[in-house]
Amino acid sequence: MIHIGLGHFLFVSSILFSLGIFGVVTRKNAVMVLMGIELMLNASNINFIAFAKYGNFGLQGQVMALFVIVLAAAEAAIALAIVLNIYKTFSTVNVDEIDTLKD
Amino acid sequence: MSIYDIIFYLFATITLVSAFFVVTIRNIVYSAFFLLFTFFGVAGIYVILGADFIAMVQLIVYVGGILILILFGVMLTNKITNVQIKTGTSQIIPAAIGVGLFAGILTATLVNTPWRKIDNSPLFPTTQGLGLMLISEYGVVFELLGILLLIALIGAASLARK
Amino acid sequence: MTEFNLIQIAIAILFLPLVGFAFVLFLGKKIKSAYLVEVGILILTFLLTAVLLFNKLYWFADKNIVSEFSWISYKNIAVFGNISIDLGFLLDNLSVIMIFTVALISMLVHIFSIAYMAGDKLYNRYFAYLGLFTFSMSGIVLTHNILMMYVFWELVGISSYLLIGFWYEKKSAPDAGKKAFLVNRIGDIGMFSGIMMLFNTYHTFTFEKIFAQMASGTLPFNSEFWLTVTGLLLFCGAIGKSAQFPLHVWLPDAMEGPTPVSALIHAATMVAAGVFLVCRIFPMLTGDALFIIAVIGALSALIPATIALTQNDIKKVLAYSTVSQLGYMVMALGVGAYKFAFFHLITHAFFKACLFLGSGSVIHAMHHEQDITKMGGLKKKLPLTYATFLIASLALSGIPLTSGFLSKDGILQGTFAFGSLTGYWLFPAVGFVVAMLTAFYMFRLIILTFHGEPKNKEKYDHAHESPFVMAMPLVVLSALSIFIWYTPNPINADAGLFLGKWIKTPSLSVPQNARYSFMKTDLVPEGKAENNRDISNEVKKEGTAEGKEVIYSEAYTEAMHHAHYPAMFLSLFVALTGIVFAFVFYYWKKISADKLARDIKPFYKLSFNKWYFDEIYNATFVTFTMLSSRVLAWFDNTIVDGIVNGAATVTRMISFFTGRFDNIVVDGLVNLMAYLSGFIGLVLRRFQTGRVQTYIVLVVFSLVIILYLFKTF
Repeated sequence: MIHIGLGHFLFVSSILFSLGIFGVVTRKNAVMVLMGIELMLNASNINFIAFAKYGNFGLQGQVMALFVIVLAAAEAAIALAIVLNIYKTFSTVNVDEIDTLKD
Repeated sequence: MSIYDIIFYLFATITLVSAFFVVTIRNIVYSAFFLLFTFFGVAGIYVILGADFIAMVQLIVYVGGILILILFGVMLTNKITNVQIKTGTSQIIPAAIGVGLFAGILTATLVNTPWRKIDNSPLFPTTQGLGLMLISEYGVVFELLGILLLIALIGAASLARK
Repeated sequence: MTEFNLIQIAIAILFLPLVGFAFVLFLGKKIKSAYLVEVGILILTFLLTAVLLFNKLYWFADKNIVSEFSWISYKNIAVFGNISIDLGFLLDNLSVIMIFTVALISMLVHIFSIAYMAGDKLYNRYFAYLGLFTFSMSGIVLTHNILMMYVFWELVGISSYLLIGFWYEKKSAPDAGKKAFLVNRIGDIGMFSGIMMLFNTYHTFTFEKIFAQMASGTLPFNSEFWLTVTGLLLFCGAIGKSAQFPLHVWLPDAMEGPTPVSALIHAATMVAAGVFLVCRIFPMLTGDALFIIAVIGALSALIPATIALTQNDIKKVLAYSTVSQLGYMVMALGVGAYKFAFFHLITHAFFKACLFLGSGSVIHAMHHEQDITKMGGLKKKLPLTYATFLIASLALSGIPLTSGFLSKDGILQGTFAFGSLTGYWLFPAVGFVVAMLTAFYMFRLIILTFHGEPKNKEKYDHAHESPFVMAMPLVVLSALSIFIWYTPNPINADAGLFLGKWIKTPSLSVPQNARYSFMKTDLVPEGKAENNRDISNEVKKEGTAEGKEVIYSEAYTEAMHHAHYPAMFLSLFVALTGIVFAFVFYYWKKISADKLARDIKPFYKLSFNKWYFDEIYNATFVTFTMLSSRVLAWFDNTIVDGIVNGAATVTRMISFFTGRFDNIVVDGLVNLMAYLSGFIGLVLRRFQTGRVQTYIVLVVFSLVIILYLFKTF
């Protein structure tokens, strides 16, 4: 039996990241896209902390993870505000219906 | 298989399965609940990695803040009573192929990379150390983050008010 | 003044007239007074040449200044080996004196033309052509290699063509231009062949390098015979350009051009280019080649002189006189009298230009009447023209105190010495006969034009003296026909700096046994030469003592010395005889010229019809050419055209099939490509959805590819 090591955590984080991308690109609802982004941020946080532990960087990685969480909070607040604005403008939050970029 | 390993696999399973449901389940409210479990799982993984303070922050900020925010977003943009709450999906197949390839190549990379192995770095409480670092080494960044949060707050408020 | 300054001045001299040419040619139609720019440029050029002449002769009299750059340089070419073609300037005494002469006469002709050509509708273009000519002529004189010389040689040819045919409304003018151009081509073919032989042997065009290699023993095809042939081929160019015996027919016809042009090109400078070329290549001319050159020169001196006796067109007389005098110079070169040939070239340039401009003045005054039988008595009407014309005529006839006397006497002296050394007394005989004929026809010209009663009263009454711009050049040129500019001693040209210091016979590169016997250098050591004086009495010792190559043997020097006074008195005697005869015939009318002409009718007709050269050439070369052209035309029309038409039919058939192929296969491929592009466009358009999520999917795919490409395992 393999002892749990860095590779395991990285595997979890990469799968989580991929799932996040999947969510971002497949879901129609803008809020769900936001959730996918949160998953991706968490995946990267796992990476930070795993590398900090196994790379012997002390607490540096954890500080970074803390910053990422703060950024995620700020991002979530702004993103939700934007979503609300989109809803007001287009009367929908389905991103596939918002294709003004095409024109 | 030690107890450590069992706990890891438990949390990893919780994280990945619930994340899978987050991105696949059609009902948006269920998605949000599964996101809650994902956050819990991730917090557990943090604990396994010896980051106790981060795990707590994860629970407080994500579960207590961001998740609630998201739920508010869902409720403000969908009428609960409506069937609209079941959100659709698009371009499943290309996305699945792309994401599968992406995950595959990431996994292949991390399996094939000769990681440096440092065993048994002792676990200790990190709160004090983090606190010292935030006000000494990363003081400026910490202050900037505070400003950022303030700006985000004002920005979000002004955006949402329109 | 350093050598570099002199080279800079030379470059300016060369290119200033070209600038003038371009300016006047392109702006002449818009700016009426563009010609003034050209004249100004020529005056500037002349001043520069004066500076160049003074500095070169004062500071660097014994030095050849060369400035060159490598134009083409290849190593190890098949067949030729190393090839390097250098372009550059050679400033030696020869070229600076020549460029001064060219610039001076060119400037005077420009000034003269202001009045002479006034009212011409292509006034500005005329000056442009003059500028082009001056540029080309400067190029011939200044260059240090024969390739550039050839290029400028042809440029001179084209400017001559343009100027002869300047009045192109007259049919005769363009015809004369064409004739000049074509006849010159015949000579130039020879010259080009000679250049190619030189290049094939020496792999360079630079004179100095050719002569140096030749002196060290390299000869064309390793034989002296081919060296002779090469020299004669190059001389062919001079035959054409200097209007020597078989090809002299173009020069009289060239008088169709404006008279100042005749003065500049067909009397003073361009025709002198041939003589200048022979001067340049003098070191490589073998004894045999020189002898042939001397024979051609003698023929060219004698035949036109006899023609000139009976011509009635004032310019034709001068034209034949020019051919005759050029023959004189060539003959002088042929007998080895290098210095006197060049001296005569310069003096002749001045007084012949003066004569032509004088005739231009007369023609101008007589409203384009050129027939001397219809003139007469112009002495009173045109006193200044008469005076200058008389001085120049005296110079041409070889009367003491003129420059012509000195140079002509030198040439006669040279032929005299040559005759005494080799026994060919024919050359001095021709020289003296021509001297007498020259004096005779010049004074016939003067008497008929300026003395006696006016034959055309109406035109005579309207005649008037030329304006200042026409008179000034005449005065300058006639002043230059006086001996004082060349030597302080009016009977000995060697006393002056011109022949005493500046012009020296170049050392020969020809192998010893291919030279004239009197030009051989004996390689006896100095000490021995002293003891065995009687054995090696052909060696000029002073030369060896100075460390310079000996050019002439002592016998030649002595013969020249002995020939000096006999030649001088004899030439004076024949010249005076000729003048007296002219007065007897035309002034006092003791003997009727018409009666004499009737008595010796065959000779008269022979002379009057220019020895039937044009007719002979027409009957032989031209007819033959026309006949062969007809044969070739027939061949062309029937056989070549038949082949061509057959080929055309075959081509049409092939075209038909290829056309089909084009329509089906090629067009099909093209249409397929277009259809494919459209299809691909249709597919690709679907990716441009405008939805962010689609783009993210594509980003993911791209990311996968990038990660795969940069994978570390």
